[in-house]
Amino acid sequence: MTINKNNTGYTFLFSILMVLIVGTALAYTSLSLKPLQKKNAADKKMVDILGAIGVATTRGGAETDFPSYVKERLSINSDGNVLNSSSGNVDPADSSDPFNIDVKKDYRSKKPASELSFPLYVCESMLGDTVYVIPVVGSGLWGPIWGFVALESDMNTIYGAKFDHKTETPGLGAEIKDNEFSDKFKGQKLRDASPYFTILKGGRPIEDQYSVDGITGGTITSVGVGEMIDRTITIYQHYFESAINSSDLL
Amino acid sequence: MSTDNSVVTPKRESLFSKKNRKLLKDPLSDSNPITIQVLGICSALAITVQLQQAVIMSLSVLFVMVSGNVLVSLLRNLIPDRIRIIVQLVIVASLVIIVDEVLKAYQPDISEKLSVFVGLIITNCIIMGRLEAFALANKPGPSVFDAIGNGMGYAWVLLVVSIVREIFGSGAISLPGMGQVKFLPQDWFVSSGGFYENNNLMILPPMALVVVGIIIWIQRSRNEALIED
Repeated sequence: MTINKNNTGYTFLFSILMVLIVGTALAYTSLSLKPLQKKNAADKKMVDILGAIGVATTRGGAETDFPSYVKERLSINSDGNVLNSSSGNVDPADSSDPFNIDVKKDYRSKKPASELSFPLYVCESMLGDTVYVIPVVGSGLWGPIWGFVALESDMNTIYGAKFDHKTETPGLGAEIKDNEFSDKFKGQKLRDASPYFTILKGGRPIEDQYSVDGITGGTITSVGVGEMIDRTITIYQHYFESAINSSDLL
Repeated sequence: MSTDNSVVTPKRESLFSKKNRKLLKDPLSDSNPITIQVLGICSALAITVQLQQAVIMSLSVLFVMVSGNVLVSLLRNLIPDRIRIIVQLVIVASLVIIVDEVLKAYQPDISEKLSVFVGLIITNCIIMGRLEAFALANKPGPSVFDAIGNGMGYAWVLLVVSIVREIFGSGAISLPGMGQVKFLPQDWFVSSGGFYENNNLMILPPMALVVVGIIIWIQRSRNEALIED
């Protein structure tokens, strides 16, 4: 049997069959590996949260280290009211656990903040101080960027930070991931009003407490980091205000 | 070794005939994809900071290359000429996505370090080049040899470059699953009063180019036929 390979009908048939077979194979691979990938992502999230408060841990040790440093996981709404709280080990299947709030998905959904809930991790640092860790999500040059910012108990001084990205340019924007960049945030302060924090491109006065230097050649990514911190702090500010007010009353 | 049984050939070639050995051996030296044809350089420069990344990357490329070559070779009489590049691209892209998903599930840390470069295997000129130049016109048997030869030719350069860079850049050697082993005694380092310092330049991409350049230099000085005027 000879096939006329240049026949238009045959070409179409071939393409359709190819797409069906390839699509099925890829869907199967993706579905069967999903549970493992989810577990890896959860472990990585714990490693990053602990990294923001200066605790170095590994993927394997994350699950046991996490509950010993993160004392409480809160979810708050955009008015600063606490909706939910949990502590102890993380149950990946429990959708009410604030740990399982997918902030990246919420960011992509572009829903107004009033419809969303936001996770807040109340941690104990290695020295025993209370530290608040806030997840931040934003956009870099090529794709999503995210991270965790840890605030001291005055809710104004940055205790530490950890950032990551999906597809920023290696050597330029991708350096937000390095400790060299995130270490600069330690000890910096938040302003009283928006912009709470800025990432500057050149000419930053050394004594400026409310900003850090961006990455040379990674301006768009750096600006993205500043934007996501500012936007997120704006939301959490309501909670901070009420928390500080209530502690003043005591 | 998978040899093709479906196509009846009048005269069967032995598995390690001279022709097949040539297919395996040539890409390792005289027609090496990286040092002679200067293909696939992008990933070779970017991911050779640590040996473990280079190992995983080489295995991924080898897998994509062998499976791609076999699939295209099996389909060579069915693929419509007008869309053959698209078909090759779809085959390579699907294989790469499978590799990426598997790495994310089983080697999350290395997958993260390799980041976009796993996806970029799709655009690795070595793979498309071999599909178009070899698999499309040859039976699956020789295609496997051709793929292994070229994959290994890519791999050994990557491994050599990453070993040099990791030893001099980080004073360590790493293998997947074992992590990084720092073999230099800690008190050799300047930071603890010694005389030795890791060469930071080695970690940066330009040094990969220099190391590849040295390999090319050695190779051409040994075989003058490779020198172009």
